[in-house]
Amino acid sequence: MDIKLNEDQVEITRQARRFFENESPMDFVRAMFEDDRGFTDEFWRKMIEMGWPAMRIPEAYNGLEMGLLDLAVVLEEMGRAMVPGPFFSTVLLAAATIKAAGTDSQKENYLPKVAAGEIRGTMALYESDGGADMGYIQMEARTDGDGFLIDGTKLFVPDAHVADFLICAARTQAGNDPAEGITLFLLSTHAEGISISLMPTMDGTRKLCAVEFSGVHINGDSILGGVNEGWNALRPVLQCAQVGLCAECVGGAQRAMEIATEYAKVRIQFDQPIGAFQAIKHRCAQMYVEVESSRSVLYWAAWAQDHANPEEAALAASVAKAYCSEVYTSTAASALQVLGGTGFSWEHDIHLYLKRAKANEVTLGDPVYHREQVAQLLPG
Amino acid sequence: MDFRFSPEEEAFRQEFVAWLEKNLPDNWDPSRYRNYDSTEEWARAYCDFQKRLSDAGYVGLQYPKEYGGQGRTLMEEVVVLQTLASTCIELRVPGVVTHGMAVPTIFVCGNEEQKREFLPKILDGTHIWCQGFSEPNAGSDVANVSTRAVKENGHYILNGQKVWTSFAQVADYCILLVRTDPNVAKHKGMSYLLLDMKLPGVEVRPITQITGEKEFNELYMEDVKVPEEMLVGKEGDGWRIAITTLMFERAIGDAMMAAAYEKNLQIMVDMARQCRRAGKPVIEDPIFRQQLAQNYIEVMVLKYHGLRSLSTQIQGGIPGPEGSIGKLLWSEPNQRITESALGMQGPYGQIMGGSPWSVQDGHWQYGFLRSKGNTIEAGSSEIQRNIIGERVLGLPKDMSRAARQ
Repeated sequence: MDIKLNEDQVEITRQARRFFENESPMDFVRAMFEDDRGFTDEFWRKMIEMGWPAMRIPEAYNGLEMGLLDLAVVLEEMGRAMVPGPFFSTVLLAAATIKAAGTDSQKENYLPKVAAGEIRGTMALYESDGGADMGYIQMEARTDGDGFLIDGTKLFVPDAHVADFLICAARTQAGNDPAEGITLFLLSTHAEGISISLMPTMDGTRKLCAVEFSGVHINGDSILGGVNEGWNALRPVLQCAQVGLCAECVGGAQRAMEIATEYAKVRIQFDQPIGAFQAIKHRCAQMYVEVESSRSVLYWAAWAQDHANPEEAALAASVAKAYCSEVYTSTAASALQVLGGTGFSWEHDIHLYLKRAKANEVTLGDPVYHREQVAQLLPG
Repeated sequence: MDFRFSPEEEAFRQEFVAWLEKNLPDNWDPSRYRNYDSTEEWARAYCDFQKRLSDAGYVGLQYPKEYGGQGRTLMEEVVVLQTLASTCIELRVPGVVTHGMAVPTIFVCGNEEQKREFLPKILDGTHIWCQGFSEPNAGSDVANVSTRAVKENGHYILNGQKVWTSFAQVADYCILLVRTDPNVAKHKGMSYLLLDMKLPGVEVRPITQITGEKEFNELYMEDVKVPEEMLVGKEGDGWRIAITTLMFERAIGDAMMAAAYEKNLQIMVDMARQCRRAGKPVIEDPIFRQQLAQNYIEVMVLKYHGLRSLSTQIQGGIPGPEGSIGKLLWSEPNQRITESALGMQGPYGQIMGGSPWSVQDGHWQYGFLRSKGNTIEAGSSEIQRNIIGERVLGLPKDMSRAARQ
């Protein structure tokens, strides 16, 4: 048993912290919050130079072939700095799915380019009435000559407006069971019949899109994994992405806690720092309890995706997603309360954390969904 | 990073599990939440079982052989304690203070004679210890201890009263916090003594608690003569010793609680299959499923946070005040776990054990009531949050306390 970050991971954390302090300060985050594109080419290029998009890509495809925990420490820093842009969608959703389910030639065509920062991708999963349940996919892909034809709308698709390609999960066999009859399609966002519009999200630092497919034809060689077998390929990918979100949550919650605690030490009311009052002190202490324990669960979940059996990996991902995301929301909200009127203002940064927390909470399965997953996996 | 036991530790765990299956006491029934009618019987069962563990070499794994230990590793100790916690926690409860507080205090802060004299008899089940910290006017404010110890001709003469002293009625010795110097700051005037409970002038009066049992007591001392060799550390060191030894045991305690709760969650899943609501098992009800899952999530949080603290400690890190969070992570969830278990039972939630209407023999009724003590004993939740706020986050003390010190 050895439950602490190794020297390399500590160094990765240090580098990432310094990088984001310089390249993604809060005025940049705020500018991107207001900006439709949501990132700049210069910022994206600098992130590529750090090697982060390549971390989970195999060496055979010019990647660094590192563990999920290695990436998680970077994501924790990204969450802390509220980093905007399509990193999560490209790396944890799109590239990870190609790595898991793609043919050699699909991997060859996409992964080195993702590692080099030449292309960006995303995943189209959610639909209008399946918002809370990740696997509730009804969009049909009908056979059309040697390929398929897709009609319908996907919602909550992260960063589709700046993606070059997307992976669309659609139903090729009737029924409601996601484990049977889902097929993954790999297509260009510029394909004929696709139109993309931004959804007005609370969290402006992560753009979500509605993607409409009207009679989009997909060639038979653009299927990822087997026909009707998409969900099995997707499940471990989504678990890793959920853990990635947990890392962001821990980093964001950590920063929100620090902001509240720093304020509680200097804000004087009734002739003393408000942090001396137990009403405030205990609120801050509770933030620490939750943030530090969510970090422990994050480590377990990240480790489990690479090293534990599939049952433990699934359980850990759902335990972590339910817990870490709720901790982020409660910590950000609690920090806002400590800040008083200042915290309610647009000018103070804390609302950005709260908004990201709410977004993370409902992305890739909300806590109710994940608790139900846990209930299904309960031993005994 | 690795969350697994090593192959050697795993082999040792399996060996111990196999031993335990064959060596549980004959008169102990795992399906009952309480097997003993009196605290005395309960304590005897603990001592007998501790002796059996000792004979087989499963006690004091982390401690050196000269003190009655096995000279093995802390991780192996955790393996044994977790297995015991998930199998037969009832047989361990009378020894919780003994092993959780007395042993590490004597081992870390005691002198050579004290270690050689007391540790072997604790580890082999001869002696039970209790803890005399709290007093009527020193609850959360432990530093307000007023039990006096006056040094006279090689002895300390004790006068005063302790309260909430668990298992004092069956204890052979007591770790005792006393005031040796009333003329200095409160934290500096306290000392740490080892008290022989059979000395003249020691009187124990049991207190009946919320569950109807008598786990804890009042402890009166009137002109009790304690030899000066029973002082731990130096005079005036009492506060420091009490605080440091508490921290060392937290990670082990958290790991044990997590193991016990994991077992309890299995019992709850069984119950949720048996209890019905509108003709269907409770386990099919989406709201109770959410509760059950949330309870399980909190147990996993305790488990993996506990393992992380433990791992830090094993690798030589000195446990810091962040260990305080473990206390909050086991005490508050246990209240939520037992409350949701009662909730699943509907009107049966109010029926105590021992009747044909009882659910799981009243396991959860007892658990619900007992859990109310969890956020008070061993430092209340409020004190834990003060410690975290002040010592971890660096928030200022409130003005009245700051002025007093």
